[in-house]
Amino acid sequence: MSGPAPGDPVLSTSGVTMIFGGLTALSDVNFRVERGSITALIGPNGAGKTTFFNCLTGIYRPSRGIMTFSPEPGRSIQLRKLAPDRITRLGVARTFQNIRLFNNLTVLENVLVGCHSRMKAGLLGALLRDRGTRDEERAMAEFSYRLLERYGLAASANHVAKNLPYGAQRRLEIVRALATRPALLLLDEPAAGLNIAETRELDELIRFVREREGLSILLIEHDMSLVMSVSDSVYVLDYGVLIASGPPAEIRRDPKVVKAYLGED
Amino acid sequence: MAQDTQENLPVPPPPAAGAVPVSAFRRLLGELRAAALSAVWFSVLALPLVVFRINSASGRIDYLWGRLPRLAAAAFLATLTWRFLLRRVGFSRVRRAVVEAGGPPPEGARGPEGSWLTLLDRAPAKRAILAAGALLLLSIPFWATPYVVTVMITALIYITLGLGLNIVVGVAGLLNLGYAAFFAVGAYTFALLHANLGLGFWACLPLGALAATLLGLLLGIPILRLSGDYLAIVTLGFAEIVRLVLVNVGFTNGPRGIRNIPPPSLLGIDLNGSVKPLLVPRGLLHADMDLNKVFIYFVILAIVALTVACVFRLENSRLGRAWLALREDEVACQAMGINRTRAKLTAFALGSTWAGLAGVVFASQITFINPQSFTFLTSVMVLSIVVLGGMGSIPGVMIGAVVLILLPEYLREFSDYRMLIFGLIMVVMMVFRPQGIIPSTRRVYIYRPEDHAGAPAGDALPPEGARP
Amino acid sequence: MELFLNLCVSGLTKGSIYALIALGYTMVYGIIALINFAHGEIYMIGAFTALIFSMALGALGLSGWGLLLACGLLAAVYCAMYGWTLEKIAYKPLRGQSRLAPLISAIGMSIFLQNYVQLVQTPNFLAYPDLIPPLPFAGALSGVATKSQVAIVAATALSMIALTLFIKRTRMGLAMRAVSQDPTMARLSGVNIDRVISSTFVIGSVFAAVGGLLIGCATRQIDSYQGFLAGMKAFTAAVLGGIGSVPGAVIGSLILGFSESFAAGYVSSDYEDVVAFVLLILILTLRPDGIMGSATTQKV
Repeated sequence: MSGPAPGDPVLSTSGVTMIFGGLTALSDVNFRVERGSITALIGPNGAGKTTFFNCLTGIYRPSRGIMTFSPEPGRSIQLRKLAPDRITRLGVARTFQNIRLFNNLTVLENVLVGCHSRMKAGLLGALLRDRGTRDEERAMAEFSYRLLERYGLAASANHVAKNLPYGAQRRLEIVRALATRPALLLLDEPAAGLNIAETRELDELIRFVREREGLSILLIEHDMSLVMSVSDSVYVLDYGVLIASGPPAEIRRDPKVVKAYLGED
Repeated sequence: MAQDTQENLPVPPPPAAGAVPVSAFRRLLGELRAAALSAVWFSVLALPLVVFRINSASGRIDYLWGRLPRLAAAAFLATLTWRFLLRRVGFSRVRRAVVEAGGPPPEGARGPEGSWLTLLDRAPAKRAILAAGALLLLSIPFWATPYVVTVMITALIYITLGLGLNIVVGVAGLLNLGYAAFFAVGAYTFALLHANLGLGFWACLPLGALAATLLGLLLGIPILRLSGDYLAIVTLGFAEIVRLVLVNVGFTNGPRGIRNIPPPSLLGIDLNGSVKPLLVPRGLLHADMDLNKVFIYFVILAIVALTVACVFRLENSRLGRAWLALREDEVACQAMGINRTRAKLTAFALGSTWAGLAGVVFASQITFINPQSFTFLTSVMVLSIVVLGGMGSIPGVMIGAVVLILLPEYLREFSDYRMLIFGLIMVVMMVFRPQGIIPSTRRVYIYRPEDHAGAPAGDALPPEGARP
Repeated sequence: MELFLNLCVSGLTKGSIYALIALGYTMVYGIIALINFAHGEIYMIGAFTALIFSMALGALGLSGWGLLLACGLLAAVYCAMYGWTLEKIAYKPLRGQSRLAPLISAIGMSIFLQNYVQLVQTPNFLAYPDLIPPLPFAGALSGVATKSQVAIVAATALSMIALTLFIKRTRMGLAMRAVSQDPTMARLSGVNIDRVISSTFVIGSVFAAVGGLLIGCATRQIDSYQGFLAGMKAFTAAVLGGIGSVPGAVIGSLILGFSESFAAGYVSSDYEDVVAFVLLILILTLRPDGIMGSATTQKV
């Protein structure tokens, strides 16, 4: 296990604030994901977790704050003001809370779309289908197939994505995100809708992804047993404010966290 | 016809022993009652418009009661059919829902639904059909009448238009309701360049395509951050602007249009003067055939072949997959690193290119154009072709064009009902078969084991759900 | 100065007609997020049925206010029936499908209705009688506004007041507001969504019928194509004001009416119809949510 290397964050934010109209959805969020770690972001419903993801991935533009992404040690990029597709190309990939697969494409094609930014063929290449384009197509199809194989989805490579069982759809979304070759993978409630056995599989899958692909993972999750078991550190968001952070064992005992979840007595 | 059918999915009646025929009889009775009710409803609905006909000559109303029984009968039969079909669609939707909820996925990736027509996709059969089709198309001018050739040229022009619009609507999911504007730009580019600079067909073919592409880019850049309905309305409005400009601007000669647009030239040979006398006596050509038309036929046939090849290659390329992803889910598409605006723009502009090409050929075929040829109805016609045939499906679009262009030509007595039927087809297709006559199918990738013999073993998760 | 005044009056009149049609678009869009493309055709059918009933009832000896009210009422009832049937056939079976499907179905319905009227009646222009009886106070406005212009503005104002009261004061109005806010929650709270949608189509169609009758009396002629252009412009007005918003539709319609009127008066009447479409493209690109619309954030 590579374990987090302290002091080398793959992502750090400072003062991220998001205001919708008069509503402050995120307030001064300072956040760090250490390289190679699995970091979890938890909090009650409506705490602003998905909003934070949407800021990181460029779907929203935060009202204030800095978000620094470091794809490899010694290189850092400001994410604010970048378009979502640019952020993906830099190495931040994500999944969605409600699965957003390309439903009428096949499983393999879903992954191939994920390879988009690593391919070069343009309009002319597509029309002429020269040797370079053909080689690229073949290499990427092969790469995608192996990725599917690695994650146990190869048998349904030619199935239309919407016909997959729910659990496999969640898994395919992760594989599709991996196809973009991210340095940081954002998982938005990956256990939502899974049963206990599937959640256990997911636990294993998340660790496997980190080991095998050598990347860092930031996950939003409601399932506490999953969070406590899989993550190296946990941040707690409540009403757009970070109220606690630390290793899972500490978070579990933190009175502020308990209060946010159970309400005041 | 106006009942809540699709919500009352056919629930099998409680099993009462020996009562099966009675319940079937009762159901039939219910259906007949609903149909009768709807016949009454439509009779009342149609009363003022269908029966009370304004006679503008006498300034009075003619009471055409004779129309009523026919209308009621038609409504009765239509309701029975409608309810029957709706029930069947309801069934298949339930089945699909079961599959989506985790039932066994169907074999292969045969598109959303299989159909007997998708048998065309089987490779050997497909090749044989393709070859036979190509032979038939190539031979037409040598045995058919001039009229058939003219109709076929129109059909091929609409196939080109349909395939072009298919890139925009079927593949990229951008509803363009102003496609006629780009068609008009192609035609007018040729007409104007010929009238003013004396340029010929071959010089104007690329220029017309270029002009349409540029217009597509010009319109695309400001509007492509809109999506769905708004995009559709803006393209419609834009096409109306183009048409009104063509009507009102001086140099296009307004509603009177431009005449004497020449046919394409074949190396300067006078086809009717020198080649025709060689073919006609040998029985190879109809005596009244205009060889210039024959040449146009071959030109547009070549353009269609080229278009099919291009669209097919595009669909299975990086760019094509980006368009498909865009159609499926814009947010997820961006999350894959695809530049949404650029993908939309290329689809939109490239779709316009083919409208421009078709426009040049169209102008050269009918030799006279005016804005009347490029109204909203033209756009609707092309859209109907794509919708009827199957959005995103190349053979579908071709069948759609053949049905919608050729059928009205051969069913002359129905020509008054042509647009009425188009409208009806669009509604009926959307309700009962939104995927079209030949639904698009996705490419199946086949892997031979030696292709990835080097895959590291023991480095993979077991298949989903395979563990205890 | 007189030209200016005349242009203002004609702008106000046009705007009022657009508003009557735009309401149907905006209400339907507010409830089910569908552009009811065939709505312009309902307006055209309103004009035709009113004309037909005026001739039929006129032959029976009815005249004056009695005739106008009877025609208006019958046209409204028929348009309501057409609107209701339209929704059941072309839109209801498509609920829950992709967004393209209902839109294409709507376009199909629009073409169908246009050609249906053309086939069973006539493709040519029909002369329209002036059904509006002399107004007692219109004399004061002579030279500035015609009788039918006064009638159009007055009828539109009354309709708007009635609609506002309906939406604010009745149970169905409340249900409509609930459905447009959040259909799922509304259903869970016991709102019958189907009834709300049907009512929306019925109400929009009634306003379109009023508009059709009045425009016939003002322009003194109709044909089966008039619904398409009027519908497009009314939709533009609805978007201009912020689609889904009832006061927005009125304001957008007035802006469009005035712009067209001034463009025709001061620039060239050839380009009168271009104004609407240019405005449409400008608004949608610069401010897609319209003047009164609220910015909506994309849910991910």
